[in-house]
Amino acid sequence: MTHRMTFRGVPVPAEPGQSVAAALIAAGIPAWRTTRRGGRPRGVFCGIGICFDCLITVDGVPDQRACLVAAADGMRLGDDGAGLDGTATGAGHDAARDREDSDAAHD
Amino acid sequence: MPHTTDVVVVGAGPAGLAAAVTAAEAGLGVALVDTAAQPGGQYWRHYDPAHARPGDHVGHHGWRVFTGLRDRLDALRADGRVRHLPGRQVWLVTREPEGTFTLRTTATVTAAPEGQPDDAERTLSARALVLCPGGYDRQLPVPGWDLPGVLTAGGVQALLKGHRTPAGRRAVVAGTGPFLLPVATGLARAGVTVAAVVEANGTLGWLRDPVGATSAPGKGIEALGYAALMARHRVPYRTRTVVREVLGADRVEAVRVARVDRDGRPTGPEEEIAADLVAFGWGFTPSLELPLMLGVDTAVDTDGSLVVTVDDVQRSSVEGVYVAGEATGVGGAALAVHEGRLAALALAAARGRPADPATIRRLARAVRRGRRFATAMHRTYPVPAAWPEWLSEPTLVCRCEEVSYGDLRRAHDDLGAEDARTLKMLARPGMGWCQGRVCGFATAGIAACLRGRGSTPEDLRPLATRSLAVPVPLGELAALTEDTTPVGATDTTLEEGGPNGE
Repeated sequence: MTHRMTFRGVPVPAEPGQSVAAALIAAGIPAWRTTRRGGRPRGVFCGIGICFDCLITVDGVPDQRACLVAAADGMRLGDDGAGLDGTATGAGHDAARDREDSDAAHD
Repeated sequence: MPHTTDVVVVGAGPAGLAAAVTAAEAGLGVALVDTAAQPGGQYWRHYDPAHARPGDHVGHHGWRVFTGLRDRLDALRADGRVRHLPGRQVWLVTREPEGTFTLRTTATVTAAPEGQPDDAERTLSARALVLCPGGYDRQLPVPGWDLPGVLTAGGVQALLKGHRTPAGRRAVVAGTGPFLLPVATGLARAGVTVAAVVEANGTLGWLRDPVGATSAPGKGIEALGYAALMARHRVPYRTRTVVREVLGADRVEAVRVARVDRDGRPTGPEEEIAADLVAFGWGFTPSLELPLMLGVDTAVDTDGSLVVTVDDVQRSSVEGVYVAGEATGVGGAALAVHEGRLAALALAAARGRPADPATIRRLARAVRRGRRFATAMHRTYPVPAAWPEWLSEPTLVCRCEEVSYGDLRRAHDDLGAEDARTLKMLARPGMGWCQGRVCGFATAGIAACLRGRGSTPEDLRPLATRSLAVPVPLGELAALTEDTTPVGATDTTLEEGGPNGE
């Protein structure tokens, strides 16, 4: 059965056993945070938990490595602004950019 | 204090699995800690077995070696002879005055509610260690390498093998070394168009290398298999070529490649190749944070990596600390399995357990042979000497702290940073989340290049030394001073980003 997650309100499906990063990439979302200084989009780079480029807020817990977190049904990804490294601001994905308001209640 | 076990094996890849199983079968009490949820390491990374499909293991080399080791591990776990702690990473290891070792671990993934923290898993104590921390893709900065859609070759492979996810539709696989081939063929098999494999060095000349041929004949057959697959999928293989720049606005759109000479200096016009995925690999960097915490002796290997020096039975310079696999020199999975077994048997013998001396001698010979082959490979696929010349002023070197090549050059020219350590202090490369894992090799190389000399262990060590092996929740640090405090009681979720202030 396919898991149903959301990235800033946008539905993201995932196969059981996939990581959050894999599900985002498969959904056509290559980036989900921006850098602190340059405001540049970042997604997955090393894919094995070394580089911390793929940090994301998962169910309100900030700064999780998307490449290591297993996808789960109902997961809310990329919400809120608690992350140290700019997980709150737009991450270069047009569909996601306008939908941040809808997640504001989540804490 | 926790129960003191005979040996803690860190890492459940080829070396660690072999070491844990061998040590336990020789009668030693073993705990096996691994960051991943599944054993196998990066080499035998596979889809979650709970959701496995037939065909998941196509293209996996030595899969039967893995399943053999895994079955033995399962049996030993069932007998209570191996305590397996998956999904936990060691962030601090210390040697106590009485000669035992204390290891602090934390959950790899903290997003899932951990419930009551299990103190028995948080602190481990051992009379000996076999450290098998493995390694990861070595990276060289190039303009545009921070664009989404640029991944490490190993990351692309991990997404494919571990998550059945091709990371793009049209790929360029670039860098150097034989590992580019399984990545390219894996992508092609998954339906991705591989626009080119871009190899900085010459052809598969090592097939004709007499050392390579006699040391590891199986490797030649493996390479011929990849050559056939490349031909079948019509993957263009460009040698003596490098990616000069990755192009794109918010994500990868193309790469610009150029032919280069032996040192990596461009010799011809540049050419653009459209792609939405770029996989970079320049060989591998061993993970040395845990061995370095214990103060082991190190050296620079043929491939330019900082490695742990070990004797003929995998003993490091620190009493009771054995090291096996990539941390002693990048050499691949087959060699790592030999080293893991050798370390375990040597330890068993030292502890008066039955260990056949003939087997130990045979394994030591296999390790020497494997090392000769690895050295031949390193010489065939070097990082081109002139690679720093590919950088432009705005090229990011440190992705975490967004430190550019220009920043490093100014720290050298204007502030007098004459070595990697000073560069790190003044310009902050390697001070971010990844603690220099990604940019350490490059920063050391740039430091040396700015001084017009080659890299030394003194350049590499400050970028490989970490006061904590991984960023950990602050609560874990607080708990160090008062072991009885339940760490989960703290409500902070802040993490220490760059804890390795010099």
